[in-house]
Amino acid sequence: MKCRKCGATAVIHMRQHKLALCGEHYLTWLPEQVERFIFKYRMFTRAEKVLVAVSGGKDSLGLWDILHRLGYRTEGLYIGLGIEQNYSDESRHLSEQFAAARGLTLHVVDVEEKFGSTIPELSVISNRGHGKPCSVCGLSKRYIMNRAALEGGFDALATGHNLDDEVAVLMQNTFNWAAGYLARQAPVLPAQDGLVRKVKPLCRIYEREMTAYCLLRGIEYIYEECPHAEGSSTIYYKEILNKMEGDRPGAKLQFYLSFLQARENGLFANIKQEVELHPCERCGQPTSAPGECAWCRMWDKVKLVKRTVTANPESVPLLGLAAQA
Amino acid sequence: MATVKIKYRNKEYEVNTGMTVREAIKKIGLEPEAVLAVHDGKLITDDIVLREGMEIKLVAVVSGGTLPAPSGRWARGER
Repeated sequence: MKCRKCGATAVIHMRQHKLALCGEHYLTWLPEQVERFIFKYRMFTRAEKVLVAVSGGKDSLGLWDILHRLGYRTEGLYIGLGIEQNYSDESRHLSEQFAAARGLTLHVVDVEEKFGSTIPELSVISNRGHGKPCSVCGLSKRYIMNRAALEGGFDALATGHNLDDEVAVLMQNTFNWAAGYLARQAPVLPAQDGLVRKVKPLCRIYEREMTAYCLLRGIEYIYEECPHAEGSSTIYYKEILNKMEGDRPGAKLQFYLSFLQARENGLFANIKQEVELHPCERCGQPTSAPGECAWCRMWDKVKLVKRTVTANPESVPLLGLAAQA
Repeated sequence: MATVKIKYRNKEYEVNTGMTVREAIKKIGLEPEAVLAVHDGKLITDDIVLREGMEIKLVAVVSGGTLPAPSGRWARGER
């Protein structure tokens, strides 16, 4: 197969776009696409400061590389979760290596170093998440990302969610007719009541395209999955969707774009989108719960059992240890 | 008949030459959309026909969990 732009041997064929490209043209084409979506969905401008949440995986490191190449003002945030089997150590090392090689600033928030307990420990002690740490992990990441972005004066928080992630969630929410979640799923969640603006610049980029990008750019990323992700529903939906994509190229993209169009046409207009938020009485972060937020309440529980836990997790500065290359 | 080695995660498979990379991916029970093929350290498109002596590495593209082991005809020992 030949590159459509120059006729050289193609390295990737994107059936959904009826497009095959060589390595050189692919590495130009993909950032152009990302830039187009940043502009189309009004995610952020070059004057704004963007915090990129990085995990050491292909999507977040690929995203940071693209934004940096496009000339956006970015800094990274890595959250150390303390996941076993060397997973967190390796992902932190890869994130730090990536930032250092490009002279970029990476903020590291290690949950155990900062607050005195790893995510798997937190999950067991607080008894949240039915024996799996994923719920505590999600809560902690959302909390830390928002607090860090506000603390650092960032205009937006960018995550590496790709099209496959978005479509898997969309499918799951559609099967459950979770109208509230469907109404809130979007490329941009505007800032509101103490929540920083959240953006997903890769929302229309296939997972396959991001993997190819990282391989071609020589970006080292963590290949193995989080040991707790086994059997996740996201993977289950992604497999079904990839079967559909194999039979009908473009099926995933079509599903997502039709959804966005339906949303814009008002399909969810009658759904109450905004959850009422107020500041947590202790840490000031927005919460829908009355009184104190889930994060503060979780640490209260853990403090009773674990002596290493910091006295006041809510007042520990998050961005004090930026590794500047 | 000559065969080609295909590596995926920590496993190794053998398929007959003469088929395309896409056909080989299906043969070992994987979804072509869920992997990328690498030959000699370079990405290749899946229309490439497998020739004797080639060694293909498949890179998983799906994240968010662990993929199940390949199944289908290959798992039953058919080639």
